[in-house]
Amino acid sequence: MNSSQPQIEVKSVSKSYGGVVANKDISIRVPHGRITGLIGPNGSGKTTLFNSIVGYHPIDSGSITFEGQEISTLRVPDIARLGMLRTFQQTRIYKKMNCVQNMIISVSHRDEGFSGIFKQAKDRETEQQAEELLNFVGLYQKRNLISGDLSFGQQKLLEFAMALMNKPKVLLLDEPTAGINPTLINGLIDRLKRANEEFGITLFVIEHNMRVIMNLAEEISCLSHGELLATGSPDELQNDQRVIDAYLGAH
Amino acid sequence: MTSARKLDLKVYAGLILFGIITPILFPNYTSQVAVMWLMVLMAVTWDMTGGQMGYNSLGNVIFFGLGMYASAVVQISMFADVAKYTASFGAMYVEFTEVQYFTGLSLGIVVGGIVATLFALLIGPFMLGLRGPYFAIGTLGLAVAVAELIAGWGYVGAGSGISMPVYPGVAGESTFVWYILLGVTALLAHLFVRWLYSTQFGLAMNAIRDDEDKAEAMGIRTTRYKVLTWAASAFFLGMGGAIFGNMSGFIEPLEVAFPTATFGIFMVAMALLGGKGTLWGPVLGAILFHIVKEATWTYLLGWQWVALGAIIIINIVYFQQGILGWAQDKWPAAFGLTVDRGPEDQPTGDTRPEAAE
Ligand SMILES: Nc1ncnc2c1ncn2[C@@H]1O[C@H](COP(=O)(O)OP(=O)(O)O)[C@@H](O)[C@H]1O
Ligand SMILES: [Mg+2]
Repeated sequence: MNSSQPQIEVKSVSKSYGGVVANKDISIRVPHGRITGLIGPNGSGKTTLFNSIVGYHPIDSGSITFEGQEISTLRVPDIARLGMLRTFQQTRIYKKMNCVQNMIISVSHRDEGFSGIFKQAKDRETEQQAEELLNFVGLYQKRNLISGDLSFGQQKLLEFAMALMNKPKVLLLDEPTAGINPTLINGLIDRLKRANEEFGITLFVIEHNMRVIMNLAEEISCLSHGELLATGSPDELQNDQRVIDAYLGAH
Repeated sequence: MTSARKLDLKVYAGLILFGIITPILFPNYTSQVAVMWLMVLMAVTWDMTGGQMGYNSLGNVIFFGLGMYASAVVQISMFADVAKYTASFGAMYVEFTEVQYFTGLSLGIVVGGIVATLFALLIGPFMLGLRGPYFAIGTLGLAVAVAELIAGWGYVGAGSGISMPVYPGVAGESTFVWYILLGVTALLAHLFVRWLYSTQFGLAMNAIRDDEDKAEAMGIRTTRYKVLTWAASAFFLGMGGAIFGNMSGFIEPLEVAFPTATFGIFMVAMALLGGKGTLWGPVLGAILFHIVKEATWTYLLGWQWVALGAIIIINIVYFQQGILGWAQDKWPAAFGLTVDRGPEDQPTGDTRPEAAE
């Protein structure tokens, strides 16, 4: 693969909900193996852009490619099987199943054969992987609990671990620290960085918390009112007057 | 896991023992208990989609009725002209030899299962695109439509139905044959789901139940799982319909083959009563429901429907998780579930990501 080609390329994407223009002519490039950030005030269109990328809804115009392949007409599960996953701002897990089961069913379905789906769920190797990753996010002690009984923050960590279990190439995280106790955020940032470095997963992260994203991402794009305001390094964005205004104006 | 497994084996052994002893000790009850096995089969197959996958069908009688009609056509067509046979409304008496009869019956049961399965594979991709109440009402509508179509189809006797081939053996013996066939089919269905629920497939069904959009976002081929699950339940229910048609001796579309208001509702009620989404709940629910149904029929004639309605209402209003669902909440350990009672448990606080290292 051409190394100068970004892993995800969003080109002039627009999306409206009825009269509301949620994304207007957005272009963003997410390079291989890095951590890229997406910021912007509430309602600026960040989640909408994620939804467009993962095929949750059709876009009005523009193009989205993943590793060179046009994906703007593919549907959610197809895109997921290409190796691009997302987590949800409103955390979503399988609430009546325990943590290990949540993990086991999150294995990659990319090359799953017909006989593979009838494999015993309690396969030792898969279970071990599940336990290691639960340990990685600090949920090992809770592995046999029904996931719906976990606290909100723990559910978020479980959702993150489930995504890792899938061994994606790219992970889109929608506000991974929202609702997490501020004293625990550093631990989470550390895990996100390790997922990127140790597992080689490209991260594209929506973050409302400026401090978090400045710590995490190498390149950040900022949306405001559905439009792309600026793209640059954390330092550049922090000092960009348009970004400062957008954030101040929004509050 | 192993203790749950031992318990399962004990329950199977107990039920099989009960199944063998009952017709010997209480031969007069053989046909009632045969119907009880059918009820178990219905509740267990309904729960595959309803309980484990969250797709509450009100139309699974379609598979029951199609299996019944497919079997009838196969059994008759092997030795007679179906159109002539049905047109004579039972007046045309075909003498089947024992070999002919049992060949036709065996083949009919298998074909009944296969036809029901094929129908599920055909309509599944469309119907299972509907969610929640839309799926429930859609399947109910489909069942009514299929019954109407059969009722208007002369080849299979239309609304007047079909007199099934007469059992060739000694009078009274046939009841035991239906008893065994229904009991074995119910047992096979249950062994099948017990295995299925232990696989990756079973987890996928539960994932679809808990959050289908999340399952899709994780790349799970949800349509494939949904359709295959429904088709598998159709297979067993189709065979059950084929056997029950022969047991009834006479089949017609509205009351016997596609009884949406009785069997169609019973299968849902039984699974809910015993605890939907559990391995043994539908079995327990079916047995209890059937006992109440038969007892009220015998001792409270006229009040049977009131009693059954009351059970359903109490179940749905006060007791939604059903008997085993309730027991599971009360004694989770007995069901292999773990509850957080550890010292580091913080009911409302957040996790400590550092804790595990
Ligand atoms: N499903 C939807 N239907 C209608 N409007 C929507 C929908 N989703 C988002 N919007 C609107 O689109 C805009 C962008 O929302 P969103 O992408 O969720 O913003 P962000 O994630 O940046 O907070 C908002 O004005 C929001 O109200
Ligand atoms: Mg958002």
